[in-house]
Amino acid sequence: MSIPDLKSKQHVVVKNMTMAYGEFVIQRNLDFTINEGDVFIIMGGSGCGKSTLLKHMIGLMKPAHGDVVLHDKSLWHCSPEQRETLMRRIGVLYQSSALFSSLTLAENVALPLGEFTRYTASEIRDIASYKLALVGLAGFEDYYPAEISGGMQKRAGLARAIALDPEILFFDEPSSGLDPVSSRLLDDLIISLRDILGTTIVLVTHELASLFAIGTNSVFLDSESKTMLATGSPHTLLAESRDPRIQQFLTRGEYHA
Amino acid sequence: MAVMTAKRTPSRDGGSVAGIAIVRNGEQAIIRFSGSWRRDSGAVDSAKLIKDVLSPPPKRIAFQCEVQNDWDSRLPACLFRLLNECRQRNINADISALPDGLQRLVKQAMTVPERQDARRDGPKTPLLAIIGENVLAVKTNVHEFLGFIGLMLLSLLTLIRGKAKMRRVDLLLFIQEAGGNALPIVTLISILVGLILAFVGSIQLSRFGAQIFIADLVGLGMFREMGALMTAVIVAGRTGAAYAAQLGTMNANSEIDALQTMGISPMEFLVLPRLLALMLMMPLLVLYADYLGVLGGAIVTTGTFDISWLQYINETKRIVRINAFFLGMFKGLVFATLIAIAGCLRGLRCGRSASDVGNATTGAVVDSIVYIVVADSLITIMANRLHI
Repeated sequence: MSIPDLKSKQHVVVKNMTMAYGEFVIQRNLDFTINEGDVFIIMGGSGCGKSTLLKHMIGLMKPAHGDVVLHDKSLWHCSPEQRETLMRRIGVLYQSSALFSSLTLAENVALPLGEFTRYTASEIRDIASYKLALVGLAGFEDYYPAEISGGMQKRAGLARAIALDPEILFFDEPSSGLDPVSSRLLDDLIISLRDILGTTIVLVTHELASLFAIGTNSVFLDSESKTMLATGSPHTLLAESRDPRIQQFLTRGEYHA
Repeated sequence: MAVMTAKRTPSRDGGSVAGIAIVRNGEQAIIRFSGSWRRDSGAVDSAKLIKDVLSPPPKRIAFQCEVQNDWDSRLPACLFRLLNECRQRNINADISALPDGLQRLVKQAMTVPERQDARRDGPKTPLLAIIGENVLAVKTNVHEFLGFIGLMLLSLLTLIRGKAKMRRVDLLLFIQEAGGNALPIVTLISILVGLILAFVGSIQLSRFGAQIFIADLVGLGMFREMGALMTAVIVAGRTGAAYAAQLGTMNANSEIDALQTMGISPMEFLVLPRLLALMLMMPLLVLYADYLGVLGGAIVTTGTFDISWLQYINETKRIVRINAFFLGMFKGLVFATLIAIAGCLRGLRCGRSASDVGNATTGAVVDSIVYIVVADSLITIMANRLHI
């Protein structure tokens, strides 16, 4: 987890990718790069394939065409074992937190540590407590996910996602189901974790407040043309893009061409 | 200045190791981190470190870090635990000498102080209290069971008045699921039970040359007892478990809450169709099982002894009177009700986690089988007394 030298390294590259469920194409010709230290936003209207794109990038769905490159290694043109090793270097916070409901918070965080490291039991306990404290859940080690609030579940999910000190963190709509204040606090937490852990962040969101506040780069997916319309920082897109669909989205429909 | 403890654990694969040393200087202790704190370097025992630092407790703690960008989460985790101990004991800990990144990692974890009421390590419940709680739980369970039956009867009344909010499609689906789809397994089990009864009986009866009475044994055994019992066990495992899992998952997804807020009683909408489907199908399944059991017995008897199919069937017809026939079907009806109650009650009472759904399913099957066997004993005794 040493602090990396912040040269602009390519962390994720999506190469000419087409996503499809069988014959039904969701998005085609996706081409973009996520650099180290970016807070990269995947945005677009409902149903345009944002979450599907995320699933392709974290190794859950195979692209119909094209490839995803993580840390200069292909995620899809390799053996399943290589893919697993690669997947272990990323952390994911799912939309519904996906905490294991039969395990306590500490056990949730400890699970990947116990499976993939050779730490002793007491080391794992220390790390689990520490990761929970990092997300502001000190003292909640022995709680079950059902016993804490939705916002706390999100943070516990984040603690589990950073358990193995990943280099890239993926978030699927982190602020869904949270009130504006909690969602703002989660944004702050994500940013401070990026700063101190040096992690690259990839976020799926359509929450304008948060994507303008924290996004440094983004890709805009469109469901009608079934491809990406633009890539760049959200502020740049708002200022410079002439595309009415992007303007509509970024101004909550108040833009009239 | 004296070096009190120097801790060096061997690396897990022989590389450089994670080192901690405590140097005491009057009332100040300096903790020095050195070596490599990578994943494969030796184990760190933070509990021992804290014990060493605190005996005797220093007034101030300072740190030195000779680890250069070569550490994993264990270093901040270990520091965090140590600093927490210091905070509780009002020992002044100065982390300013640590590398910037490490300081930020620890500070972030310390920003939200531990909620004092959050941690739960209360005293363990004594054995007697556990026994007492379990005994008291019996009362609540009986109460719940009776309440459930009451509610079920009320919704049955609503159904008779034609006002129950139940979808007919659901009923038909459940009938197919509980009845038709169960035929293969019921077929297999009943033929085999008939075979077994015939085999067991033939060993004893053939000694007296009374082979023809195998038909009596199998016929009465199947119609009065085994047909209903075996079918009930199968249905408890198939359908009762499915009911508990369906309702349990619906509960976990707040679907039951949704129904209630729509003003639809889960009792009428979910429990009634399941109960009715089972009550309609079980007697038929029992009847089916009875005949197949007799068939199984016939296969053994006609195959092994000099008894024709006609003789066997005639003997069965002579001994199995209409009341044995209805007794089995009545048992089926009772068992169906019990299985539906056990499954639906467990499902509706289910918690919200994945393991709760598993427990509900297990509980439903166990409850069903207990209810079935108890009810079967009662009915058999009553039937004997009433000369049915």
